[in-house]
Amino acid sequence: MSTAAGKADNPLERGALAEDAYMRRRKRISSLFAWLCFAATASCLVVLVTLLGAIFYQGLPWLSTTLLTNNASESPEDAGIKAALVGSLWLIALTGLMAVPIGVGAAVYLEEYAPSTWWRKVIQLNISNLAGVPSIVYGILGLGLFVRTMGLGKSVLAGALTLTLVVLPIVILATQEALRAVPGTIRQASFALGATRWQTIWRQVLPAATPGIMTGVILAISRALGEAAPLVAVGAAIDMTFLPMSLGDDYSGLPLLIFYWAGHANPQFHQLAGAAIVVLLLVLILMNSGAVLLRYRYGKNIKW
Amino acid sequence: MSTSANPTRSAAPGLEATRQDWLEPLIRYALLACATVSVLVTVGIVGVLLWQAVNFFGYVYYVNDAGDVVATAQELGERPAPADAVAETITPGEFLGGTRWAPSQYLFGILPLLCGTLLVTFGAALVAAPIGLGTAIYLSEYASPLVREIVKPVLEILAGIPSVVYGFFAVVAISPVVGAVFGEQTDTFNALNASIVVGFMVLPMVVSLSEDVLRSVPRSLREAAFALGATKYDVTAKVVVPAALSGVIASFLLAVSRAIGETMAVTLAAGQKATLTLNPLQEIQTMTAYIVAVRQGDNEVGSIQAYAIFAVGLALFGLTMVLNLLAQAILNRMRNSYE
Amino acid sequence: MSTDAQPSASPAIRPPAVVGNDGARSADEMAQSPAKVAAKGLDFFYGESQALFNISLDVPENCVTAFIGPSGCGKSTFLRCMNRMNDMIETARLNGEVLLDGHSIYGPKVDVVELRKRVGMVFQKSNPFPKSILENVAYGPRVAGERNKAKLYEIAERCLTYAALWDEVKDRLNDSALALSGGQQQRLCIARALATDPQVLLMDEPASALDPASTTRIEDLIGELKDRYTIVIVTHNMQQAARVSDQTAFFYQGRLIEAGATRELFTNPKEKQTEEYITGRFG
Repeated sequence: MSTAAGKADNPLERGALAEDAYMRRRKRISSLFAWLCFAATASCLVVLVTLLGAIFYQGLPWLSTTLLTNNASESPEDAGIKAALVGSLWLIALTGLMAVPIGVGAAVYLEEYAPSTWWRKVIQLNISNLAGVPSIVYGILGLGLFVRTMGLGKSVLAGALTLTLVVLPIVILATQEALRAVPGTIRQASFALGATRWQTIWRQVLPAATPGIMTGVILAISRALGEAAPLVAVGAAIDMTFLPMSLGDDYSGLPLLIFYWAGHANPQFHQLAGAAIVVLLLVLILMNSGAVLLRYRYGKNIKW
Repeated sequence: MSTSANPTRSAAPGLEATRQDWLEPLIRYALLACATVSVLVTVGIVGVLLWQAVNFFGYVYYVNDAGDVVATAQELGERPAPADAVAETITPGEFLGGTRWAPSQYLFGILPLLCGTLLVTFGAALVAAPIGLGTAIYLSEYASPLVREIVKPVLEILAGIPSVVYGFFAVVAISPVVGAVFGEQTDTFNALNASIVVGFMVLPMVVSLSEDVLRSVPRSLREAAFALGATKYDVTAKVVVPAALSGVIASFLLAVSRAIGETMAVTLAAGQKATLTLNPLQEIQTMTAYIVAVRQGDNEVGSIQAYAIFAVGLALFGLTMVLNLLAQAILNRMRNSYE
Repeated sequence: MSTDAQPSASPAIRPPAVVGNDGARSADEMAQSPAKVAAKGLDFFYGESQALFNISLDVPENCVTAFIGPSGCGKSTFLRCMNRMNDMIETARLNGEVLLDGHSIYGPKVDVVELRKRVGMVFQKSNPFPKSILENVAYGPRVAGERNKAKLYEIAERCLTYAALWDEVKDRLNDSALALSGGQQQRLCIARALATDPQVLLMDEPASALDPASTTRIEDLIGELKDRYTIVIVTHNMQQAARVSDQTAFFYQGRLIEAGATRELFTNPKEKQTEEYITGRFG
């Protein structure tokens, strides 16, 4: 340390004295830094609380049975989310039916079958990249491909196909991770007992990976439920007054209606948007808690 | 087991398959088909965007001496072109270099949209990078298990909230505050609103990715620094963060890519007026917001305005893909170096 | 049937005594058994690096053959060549032949699934499926197409009895197999392997992760099973090889150094390297 402390006889003491001021400064910096990091963490909490506060402050007064039983309307008192909510349920059901088998299948192929060649690397890189493609781009792909080229029009099927493309990378990546977590010894044991590759996958690997796959599926369906941008792009309706009854029918979606209301010039519609968000979040929470329960039931017996 | 009493088994050579052999290859090809879908999606995106963008750049319209568009090739069909007008198209140079975006006047310079997107993205990065990195550092280096148990789900919820809900938040909560703080010269919709809300949106992504890489820094490195008399700050800021730097940068890149592609929140918060400006308090239009505007309006199918969204989409896809691939490359390199 | 080891040259370093192995078959007895599994000039490669060099060995029927040698000597690799578990490794390559009852198992028409039903395997670390005890044992017959519940139960009872586990688990067959102790899990894995009615049982260090009491039980079990099955066991424990096997093969650096009747190999090794290894001078 510095010799500025003067002529004290004990060198240790002198060192200690000189270090004192310097050390104190370093310790101050250190604790200041810790507090800054803590403040950053706390601000995440503040954001969530403010966000939920704003939603409930705006939405709670407008939560009523009218909201659930009426369709979109230009007068706030009569406006409801029925057609949009039903449309969203159609969308996530169809999306789930398409995205889960294809996504799980693709993941199983990549993890259990594909030889590690350049082709596998290309597919893998491609999937990571697709996970980062903006959903509006999927939307205009859906517009060009499903709505126009395939002539599906503004049908609920076209909307669900588009959302399937949006969530497919999520399902694939989550399933791959779940499959990788299944120990290789299980596969070896199964093979050694004369099981074929598919028997091994179907009877051992997939059941063991189910909790992880479920998490990914719920994540994907939640994403599909919240996406508005692709629906705007493929031209889903906002002012639906009837419910979709078949794959070819027009449809609306809850996030789309929220978008329309939140951007409305009349602030009463902002409050309606808040109420609709409460419903949307309730559906999301319901689905996610379902996933937690399933995970618990499937997962509790498995400890490697 | 019936033969087990027999000490010398009959040597049965039949090791050839007796099972039905069609199932396994069938499943294998079905699964391969699933994996191929993902490649087809990329091919589809690039194909559709390029095809429609070619339509956009090949779109012929006729301009008279006064500079007004008097007809388009599509309207004319088989009829001859107007005598006093000149045929024109949008060139890629005009598209990428033009400073005015006014589709109704056939002005398609993407710079105002690009500028709007980058302004929002830059602002979002200013919000998300320090808060995100600070949170990640706190969670990885300081937090007690209890705090982690609280903060982790909070971040998961923030990550799971749909974009349109953040847009609503911008409209009802952020916009009034920004208006009150900056006063008169502030537009109701402005880039700052969007920056703040998009910053919040990408925050969970920055935190979770950065925290992963910070935690993957070997414990021995921290201990070595502590043994040299470093304070916690010295260890964290001068040893741990630099060791994890490339991963932190990758997380920023992914967040930036996400912010560029962000649509609903930005449309609600920043507005729909294409302006070439760096003033965050002005109303702007991003690339994504333009696509929304066109799809919400009633442009005829086959009009140049309807084709323009694919050209914008192509630019958007290219921009985000470069950032994603860069981030993936950095992350892969880092994983290799630690393994 | 002498159980005493011959005194070796140096009293300080003695090879493990072949004690408690009264049932060990002599070289003459083994010579009368036909070779159940035989390797002929086997070379094996992981990518560019060669793991096995020109291995030729007969495994006589209804005998216990032990593979010994230091870590990385290729004994496990050789074992895995016998039921083609090495097929899982993409870069693996092999020259030479492995015969089961005189028929090549690497022939172009051979079905590995069919092969593995006949050549069962028990792994170093017990690896029960995360399912019930009953489901674990019934798995092999099930994937082979057996659907009759009563039949599956009967197979499970018989195999668990052979594996000396029945009495311990008969009242909780539907409990998760992961709730069993390590030794019980390994015996369950043996029962599971027996359920496919194999002719050969490969064991890759089956007791290395177990406590001494469980190890003794597994070793006793091997002695009981050899009348019904041809058993090959890999072990890094020479005493274990001496206790359970009829024939012992010593591997070193990918080469088969010496193979012979266990009693002779441990009392009177022909090769210097074998002697050094069994007297504990290296490895």
